[in-house]
Amino acid sequence: MQILAQIAFILAVAIGLGIFIRNIRRMIRNIKLGREADRTDNPGKRWGKMAKIALGQYKMVRRPVSGIIHVIVYLGFIIINIEVLEIIIDGIFGTHRIFAFAGSFYSFLIGAFEILALLVLVGVIIFWIRRNILTIQRFRARELTEWPKNDANYILYFEMVLMSLFLIMNAADYQLQLNLAPHYAMASGEIAGAFPVSSFLLPLLDGFTNSTLIIIERTAWWLHILGILFFLNYLYYSKHLHILLAFPNVYYSKIKPKAEFDNIEAVTKEVQLMMDPDADPFAAPAEPEGEAEGESEKFGASDVFDLNRVQLLNAYTCTECGRCTDQCPANNTGKLLSPRKIMMDTRDRLEEVGENINKNGKFEDDGKQLLDDYILREEIWACTTCQMCIEACPVGIDPLSIIVEMRRYLMMEQSAGPADLNNAMGNIENNGAPWPYNQMDRLNWANEN
Amino acid sequence: MAENIKVPTMAEYMAEGKQPEVLFWVGCSGSFDDRAKKITKAFVRLLNRANVDFAVLGTEESCTGDPAKRAGNEFLYQMQAAGNIEVLNGYEIKKIVTTCPHCFNIIKNEYPGLGGNYEVMHHTTFLKSLLEEGRLTVEGGKFKGKRITFHDPCYLGRGNGIYEAPRDLLRKLEVELVEMKRCKKDAMCCGAGGAQMFKEPEPGKEDVNVARTEQAIEVKPEVIAAGCPFCNTMMTDGVKSKNREDNIAVMDIAEMIATAEDL
Repeated sequence: MQILAQIAFILAVAIGLGIFIRNIRRMIRNIKLGREADRTDNPGKRWGKMAKIALGQYKMVRRPVSGIIHVIVYLGFIIINIEVLEIIIDGIFGTHRIFAFAGSFYSFLIGAFEILALLVLVGVIIFWIRRNILTIQRFRARELTEWPKNDANYILYFEMVLMSLFLIMNAADYQLQLNLAPHYAMASGEIAGAFPVSSFLLPLLDGFTNSTLIIIERTAWWLHILGILFFLNYLYYSKHLHILLAFPNVYYSKIKPKAEFDNIEAVTKEVQLMMDPDADPFAAPAEPEGEAEGESEKFGASDVFDLNRVQLLNAYTCTECGRCTDQCPANNTGKLLSPRKIMMDTRDRLEEVGENINKNGKFEDDGKQLLDDYILREEIWACTTCQMCIEACPVGIDPLSIIVEMRRYLMMEQSAGPADLNNAMGNIENNGAPWPYNQMDRLNWANEN
Repeated sequence: MAENIKVPTMAEYMAEGKQPEVLFWVGCSGSFDDRAKKITKAFVRLLNRANVDFAVLGTEESCTGDPAKRAGNEFLYQMQAAGNIEVLNGYEIKKIVTTCPHCFNIIKNEYPGLGGNYEVMHHTTFLKSLLEEGRLTVEGGKFKGKRITFHDPCYLGRGNGIYEAPRDLLRKLEVELVEMKRCKKDAMCCGAGGAQMFKEPEPGKEDVNVARTEQAIEVKPEVIAAGCPFCNTMMTDGVKSKNREDNIAVMDIAEMIATAEDL
């Protein structure tokens, strides 16, 4: 019986991890559909930023209520996972609390896990109340209905269930140890672990026989570990991927001044050619360096393939918290633009493309693209490029860069800018100012009263 | 106020074989917009007062390409940049000061990749350095004790991390500096950035500049201080739309200093 349980356990872990690895590989394949982005500069600065923002939750706590609760849930999540290590070893070898030899230190750890589990449980309940009962604007936005709304709640339910199972498991285990049940009780007669929270559950177990307690303990133990394996695989389909991706995402995030946009190199080459008085306009185009042969580079982005890999990683990392949208001046004043939706759309389209590749072996044109089918032009043009979204994001996402890439596509590939903007462009081109003034009048102010 | 300002051009300096200490990049708004021209002139009066050896490009200056770049027209931006860099490098310009955060950002951060490398300062930072060097003195004057709030321009504050230079100048004026709820890193945009200045806003329930002005009015300022000609226009319009132009002024910090000094 015991050996069967061990085999079942090993199989469950292997399958759980196997599917997880397959999903992660798909995700990496999808991210690599994007253009290369060189973010290898300043590793020291990048590690530092990662330590501060991803590990240290620096931006999370700028909103103290959600921030502090998040820190508790985050710490609980990380620390309680030490316990998962023991669960896995116990599961494989059929042992009971393999680390109990550490004595009082072990008791301290288990006791701390219990207190954290309780705090996480309370935190998650507060999160649920914030999402479902309080009227917090960013959780009521139009992009946060259906799946995104359910997804957020499922995660909270999961965590509630996992924490409850952990505590129930401990309570039954504690009672079994008190009953000196074989396999549970330590030879020394001491209690393995400390149960400052679950001991309050003991009255609920009053009068149960050891065999019933074992069933409760085993059931909770199995559901707990299976739940964790399920949750691990749920991540890929959920906004919850941030628990893994926040770290690389912050590492690769923008460290230049937020107002600095990149210069498109291909444009620089063309401009140099145009400005060069010696250039022969009829000469055959120079061999493109590093570009696909015979294909001129597409300017800007109309689909996920045109975005860079950091932007696609951003999309998978987004937790849909809506802090960006909450402070977006366009969104604040009722425009359609929501930076969070830009990220969600990018991910949805990327997943659609990924599914297409899973099915067909390679991407078959589906007649759709990120622009227009997901992100509307009205959203793109409402942006003031104020960089508030970048500043607000607790995990270093840059929605603005995607907006700018789409504007570049509309302007340079489609000549499809808003009419009044095109007038301003024409003025800049013709008289060096966005307004129709003569460049020769530029210094008139110096002589006016 | 009788205008008695000296505005030498680079061409004049070149003819005399001289190099100014700093080039004042005026920008399109500062050159053509009636409201922004006042900021330009106030800043020039301060430069004159501090005996700063400066010059402007005058008719050789052209749009930096900022609205084009933010609108997605990278081609037009790089054409503008190439032309400007050619002029600036031709004059061997080393140091630039500008009253416009958009010009500041693009020349400082985006021109270097195209061959334009200069030390670029926003006028608030430059004025602060003049004060520190003792070349310019500012005392409370007209604004002493007045309630002032500073609206951070996105491309100066969040975009380039400059929050304190403008505030330091206001403190020198001995004003009562009150902060809006959304300030510094969290400051809300005036609504002009990203080439929005040159187009109609998308449909919504309110204009961005009005929303931002409401936030400013909440802290009951006598003056909304600005550091960007576009913010200045947007906030001025916002104050007008709230019918508060009689008791709330929108002023650039350079104007405030010049006014305080009766220049």
